[in-house]
Amino acid sequence: MPSGPISRVNDFVVRFANVNGSGSASANEMFARAIMRMGVPVSPRNIFPSNIQGLPTWYEVRVTEDGHLGARGGVDFMVAMNPQTFDKDVAAIEPGGYLLYDSTKPLPASKFRDDITVIGVPLTAITNREYSDPRQRQLFKNIIYLGALSALLDMDVPAIEKLIGEQYRGKDKLIGPNVHALHLGRDWALQNLKCPLPIRVQKADKVGDRIFIEGNSAAALGAVYGGATVCAWYPITPSSSLADAFTRHCAKLRVDADGKAKYAIIQAEDELSSIGMVIGAGWNGARAFTATSGPGISLMQEFLGLAYFAEIPGVVFNVQRAGPSTGMPTRTQQCDIISCAYASHGDTKHVLLFPEDPAEAFDFGAMSFDLADRLQTPIFVMLDLDIGMNHRLCRPLAWDDSRAYDRGKVMTAAELEAGKEFGRYLDVHGDGIPYRTYPGTHPTKGSFFTRGTSRDRYAKYTEEAGPYVDNMQRLLRKFETAKDLVPRPLIANSGKSTRYGVIYFGSTSPAMDEAIGMLEGRGHALDRMRVRAFPFHSSVTSFIADHDFVFVVEQNRDAQLRSLIVNECGIDPVRLVPILHYDGTPITARFIAGAIGEHLDKFKIAPKRKVAS
Amino acid sequence: MTYIAKPKFHHPGLPKNALGYTHRDYEGTISTLCAGCGHDSITAAIIEACFELSIEPHRVAKISGIGCSSKTPTYFLGNSHGFNSVHGRMPSVLTGANLANRDLIYLGVSGDGDSASIGLGQFAHVLRRGVNMTYIVENNGVYGLTKGQFSATADRGSKSKRGVVNTDNSIDLVAMALQLGATFVARSFSGDKAQLVPIIKAAIEHDGAAFLDVISPCVAFNNHAGSTKSFDYVREHNEAVNRLDVIPARAPITVDYAEGSLQIVEQHDGSRLALRKIGADYDIHDRTAALGFLQRHSAKGQIVTGVLFIDGEPVDLHASLRTVDRPLNSLTEADLCPGSAALETINASLR
Ligand SMILES: Cc1ncc(C[n+]2csc(CCOP(=O)(O)OP(=O)(O)O)c2C)c(N)n1
Ligand code: SF4
Ligand SMILES: [Mg+2]
Repeated sequence: MPSGPISRVNDFVVRFANVNGSGSASANEMFARAIMRMGVPVSPRNIFPSNIQGLPTWYEVRVTEDGHLGARGGVDFMVAMNPQTFDKDVAAIEPGGYLLYDSTKPLPASKFRDDITVIGVPLTAITNREYSDPRQRQLFKNIIYLGALSALLDMDVPAIEKLIGEQYRGKDKLIGPNVHALHLGRDWALQNLKCPLPIRVQKADKVGDRIFIEGNSAAALGAVYGGATVCAWYPITPSSSLADAFTRHCAKLRVDADGKAKYAIIQAEDELSSIGMVIGAGWNGARAFTATSGPGISLMQEFLGLAYFAEIPGVVFNVQRAGPSTGMPTRTQQCDIISCAYASHGDTKHVLLFPEDPAEAFDFGAMSFDLADRLQTPIFVMLDLDIGMNHRLCRPLAWDDSRAYDRGKVMTAAELEAGKEFGRYLDVHGDGIPYRTYPGTHPTKGSFFTRGTSRDRYAKYTEEAGPYVDNMQRLLRKFETAKDLVPRPLIANSGKSTRYGVIYFGSTSPAMDEAIGMLEGRGHALDRMRVRAFPFHSSVTSFIADHDFVFVVEQNRDAQLRSLIVNECGIDPVRLVPILHYDGTPITARFIAGAIGEHLDKFKIAPKRKVAS
Repeated sequence: MTYIAKPKFHHPGLPKNALGYTHRDYEGTISTLCAGCGHDSITAAIIEACFELSIEPHRVAKISGIGCSSKTPTYFLGNSHGFNSVHGRMPSVLTGANLANRDLIYLGVSGDGDSASIGLGQFAHVLRRGVNMTYIVENNGVYGLTKGQFSATADRGSKSKRGVVNTDNSIDLVAMALQLGATFVARSFSGDKAQLVPIIKAAIEHDGAAFLDVISPCVAFNNHAGSTKSFDYVREHNEAVNRLDVIPARAPITVDYAEGSLQIVEQHDGSRLALRKIGADYDIHDRTAALGFLQRHSAKGQIVTGVLFIDGEPVDLHASLRTVDRPLNSLTEADLCPGSAALETINASLR
């Protein structure tokens, strides 16, 4: 048991417990940003119910000078603003931690704990003394606790004032009152409490040029840069903010001098319709996408098979949430790997990309449109709630202005006119990818009929065995081709030789990186492979071959990525040890290091043993 | 089953349209539908309409769902791209295609099962959005392709070939289209080519969501006594409200009819429709009256045909979205990609 209050600088977790709809979000976000502006990395996470108003929400900020952006687990400082969850929130605090609560109404001692530092601030009293309008009271109360925190944690006040100015730019009337509220809280704390606490922030220079952005917004920017012109979507958490962001970005970046839109966004009547629109637009030569989550993927199944078989480009951003069914709609998981990889009936396989953070969501978002056109098939960008709906510190977004869109094999009117042979499903180059034409290209040449029914190389309907098999084999060749086009897995070898490896992907990334350090601290060395796409590159198979056992870390119950590896790479399942986290909270380094460490201990391997090779 | 390509031989004496194309240029492969199927007559009417309008055949995109009716796009406009999509979802595919390239002519072909049963939702929403298209339902009251089950347009009380009486109420797609805001609504009969061809022409010329319900008997499963979608039944109960002539832009109006019985309707593209009113005094621009008229007559067991409603000022989806004039699928990096400088600004705002 630690003795006394936690004493740590730039390395702790603050959690705000709020009531949904109380306007706390912007104050909490300002808290995180202010610390970031002090040069200290932060990793915030929203924990919210599937309700608009009244239910509890939490906002957690991991302050981490070391730059560990995964969730840590545990809370060092609780800002308990929700009476409904007060007891649970108090119980969640680490021993030696801190509790800030509204002390306007006295609470019995039984409400607290002996092993934490309890900080009462009469927030309601301060607010009510100053403001009479109920809405103002609610909003300014949030800024007042932010002010108190700034004193307690020794935060940079000018940074917060600047943030307030930015927040209310254009609504300048609101800046003064917000700054005033900030100082109300701050002054009260300075006068009545011992400031700062042993747990506090200190200026550093660990943020660099990194940016702070939500994955959904970055992915939507990727779609803008990647040349998407048609977006069809149906609202579903946690993907709606991707379509919203695309709408916002386009309004700024894609309107011509006459005020006309170089894009079309349709809120469809359901996901069947949204994917149908994407397929129609893709068939007709536009770059199109939809954003959805698990239940939407289920509805799209029939159409996804059509797009696979009829070979129509399109992009699906799947921002995953916990299933099955409605599951935990506002909690994160990586649980649609199988349902996307093999979406639809019959023999189908799809290309999946697994971005680790917003920067990669941008890169892969833009790249997915090139891949879709090149491979003439749907591309899934597999985000999840943890990346999609949280601000994450990441490298700045980058674009090479010399980069041209790869529109794939599209035969032009001139080529047709010159007599170039056109067979819609003819494998001209042996890569399984045929040429297509856009509708309306040429008066007499190059038209074809698109259907989900079997056809020959010239798109003529046939149910004969030979041409059907020929076509299905070509689709497999195309999938082989995809392996070298999609982002390769990244390998990080441990400095020491080891018989153990770990495979992970997507939002698990920061927790995995941190866990490696913890495991090394325990004397365990592990080689790492971050898989970034399906179909798997051949290096996945060789990585597994190079190790006795490979842990596969993922955020679902059924070890879906592991199944996919076993199935597609023909791996003996015994060699792949599942490490599964699926309770809806983001995976943590503590969990990974604990689970893998336990296995490694069980293997009874002397951790530093040298392997003769 | 394979499709037989028609010989491409052109008889020198075949009549040509203004673009120099013959009928043949608007045909597709030979139909594999049952001999006498109403759908084949609609195919013929589409060919005739496109020929007469002198449409460049490759500038049409033909999109359908699944069913005998949805197969027909292979049988017309062989130089057009076609898309036989999935059951009941033609409208979404057509919407996406239309968004990608506003310059093509969109022909949506569907069946009553495709549109009124599995696809009722998409049927409704594509009309609400005002997608510029001609949406044709080849309505036979049954699922032809799956061998004769009732569809949702089968009338209550009508009898299947096996003698089963339909106890469900029927869906009147024309009434729904009127209610949903389609800006051109018509009903016709596959057996009445003289009425059908000009209606298809007018619908194609219409710059908005044009909906056509064409009763099209299924000779294999729904042409018996007791059916309300048989050739005999429809002929006996057909109540045509008007006859139509489409007059191209600039051409003089030569149709010559008794005073008061002719209504000239200007379309956006400059073409005009000369409507000869038959019997009832019918105002083509009155949506509400059309609905009432339809319901009164259907209560009497009559099938109202003709052009039932035209909105003179249709607003299509592209207008609502204020999209650029150039087709979205023709925009390039230069039009679409904001570039690295803009991204730097964005990065700076995220620190
Ligand atoms: C999802 C799905 N369910 C069922 C079918 C089987 N199916 C094919 S055509 C059809 C009915 C077609 O009826 P209709 O649209 O009226 O066309 P018709 O054949 O009468 O012209 C059905 C149920 C299918 N193709 N897809
Ligand atoms: S089954 Fe009916 S609808 Fe189908 S082709 Fe034969 S007659 Fe036509
Ligand atoms: Mg039918």
